[in-house]
Amino acid sequence: MKRPARIWAILVVAGFAAAAGAQTATDGRRSGFADMSPALQAIQRDDMSNPAMLWVAEGEAQWNARAGNAGKSCADCHGAGESMRGVAVRYPAFDAKARTVVDLDGRIDRCRNEHQRASSPAPESRPRLAIAAYVAFQSRGMAIAPPTGGSLDAAAIAGEALYRQRLGQLNLSCAQCHDERAGGSLAGVAIPQAHPTGYPLYRSEWQGLGSLQRRIRNCMTGVRAEPYPFGAPELVELEVFLMRRAAGMAWETPAVRP
Amino acid sequence: MNATRRTTLAGIAALAVAPFGAHATPETMRAAIAAVASGRPMREGKVTLDIQPLVDNGNTVPMRVEIDSRMEGADRVRAIHVFNERNPQPHVLSVAFGPQAGRASLSTRIKLGDTQKVVAVAEMEDGTLWTAGVDVIVTIAACIEGIE
Amino acid sequence: MAIPLVNAPARVRRGEVFEVKTLVAHPMETGFRPGMNGTLIPRDIVQRLRCRFAGADVIDVALSPAVAANPYVAFHVRAERSGTLELTWTGDNGFSASHSVAIAVE
Ligand code: HEC
Ligand code: HEC
Repeated sequence: MKRPARIWAILVVAGFAAAAGAQTATDGRRSGFADMSPALQAIQRDDMSNPAMLWVAEGEAQWNARAGNAGKSCADCHGAGESMRGVAVRYPAFDAKARTVVDLDGRIDRCRNEHQRASSPAPESRPRLAIAAYVAFQSRGMAIAPPTGGSLDAAAIAGEALYRQRLGQLNLSCAQCHDERAGGSLAGVAIPQAHPTGYPLYRSEWQGLGSLQRRIRNCMTGVRAEPYPFGAPELVELEVFLMRRAAGMAWETPAVRP
Repeated sequence: MNATRRTTLAGIAALAVAPFGAHATPETMRAAIAAVASGRPMREGKVTLDIQPLVDNGNTVPMRVEIDSRMEGADRVRAIHVFNERNPQPHVLSVAFGPQAGRASLSTRIKLGDTQKVVAVAEMEDGTLWTAGVDVIVTIAACIEGIE
Repeated sequence: MAIPLVNAPARVRRGEVFEVKTLVAHPMETGFRPGMNGTLIPRDIVQRLRCRFAGADVIDVALSPAVAANPYVAFHVRAERSGTLELTWTGDNGFSASHSVAIAVE
């Protein structure tokens, strides 16, 4: 696991000089989709060839399967999967019962624990990603519409501070790459604007599906920072900030990325 | 289908004994191809091997191979074999076509560990062999992240 | 839980050539990748995908570790009469998955 950090260090040293002259962030926001090769774009455009659809299909099966001590399926309470249309584009949200800000995965997990009385699968495990992908897929094509409110506003402020804070041995902030150098490249790797439009998504590097939290943790490891643990409030705050920064952009789940 | 299956399985058996070390090389690829050809001459042509020339991540490289054939008589394609130069092993895949195949074509996605040449060899019903090769530049090789 | 995804038309014209697209969930672990403790992760791949239509072969594919994870394979079928398209995937560690689709020829 030290390998990506090493590779990134090489890329940063070798590539930043060249990227320094590249354009800085403009108001023209673009999804990471736009930075991919036409071949990967074609995979995302065709559901019949998008491997992420394997997880969506598993998620659909889970949606309809009874589980936990309550012996209830998601469908028993929520009806058809389409009832989830519009949900993913307004998460993270404030959960009044838990009195905290939760992301979509965290919200689903609460249903699993409290309503199904089932235990939580490990973060990034197949069942967990599959149901999140199925729920998020229902919102494909919709505009990101982050909710507001006291706790969420506070989370967004905290998230932005984290986004601008220098991290790790490479001493770089998210903003230094994703705002200042977006559109440039690190020795051949395109630096996207870091919009959270497609999660969970199929990343070629992972050869599988992964969450936005995993993606952020990858970037932290890349700058040789200790990544926040899955589910940490810092990661949820970064998610809140990234969603607000992408407000109005089109939802892509399940996307594909290099 | 029997002839077809025999062709493929003979091909695979030959690949299993092809000498390779830790990595395929242009030489081991040539040896693997020679095992399939078993002495028959190979001609360039008929085969379309479609791979993007510049790959952003070697883990998922779309590939399409197609032979210009009516899939009838001597023009029928029995099998296609695909090889690479620099992955750990030279063999990528072999496909045998049966009577219900509508075209001699296959699309899939492959892993490429490095910048290298990919070669396809098609075996026709009359035993003739046709081939095509493509050079692919890989910016981020397959399998670098390791296990998280 | 392997649920293959198969896209094929439900009805076609006699003699029509149509494309079938398939995906199956599988890590396609190469056997050449180091794991956490430095030793190689054992090979775990789909070795074979076979497709038959109306009892006769369409394709028989031998896959190697060089095929990408979650194998995608698309190919063309010719249908002269109605029948069932049967797909089977088999691989290391007893892996197997199958799927069938009824196709009506009109
Ligand atoms: C050294 C530059 C660098 C830094 C610092 C960095 N990233 Fe990234 N990030 C990248 C690159 C490059 C990619 C594209 C994927 C790749 O090849 O690694 C990426 C991808 C992403 C994506 C995926 C976007 C998409 O289209 O799906 C997100 C989200 C992201 N980063 C968030 C962050 C956050 C949050 C931080 C701070 C904790 C951060 N990044 C820090 C370089 C960086
Ligand atoms: C016993 C009934 C029940 C079951 C079973 C159940 N839920 Fe829920 N779910 C609810 C209720 C009630 C709410 C509203 C919030 C609350 O009171 O917890 C909710 C809220 C949600 C939300 C948030 C919706 C929004 O508009 O913000 C999501 C997402 C969700 N559930 C997903 C799931 C999934 C996925 C499953 C299956 C793994 C599931 N639920 C199982 C009852 C259930």
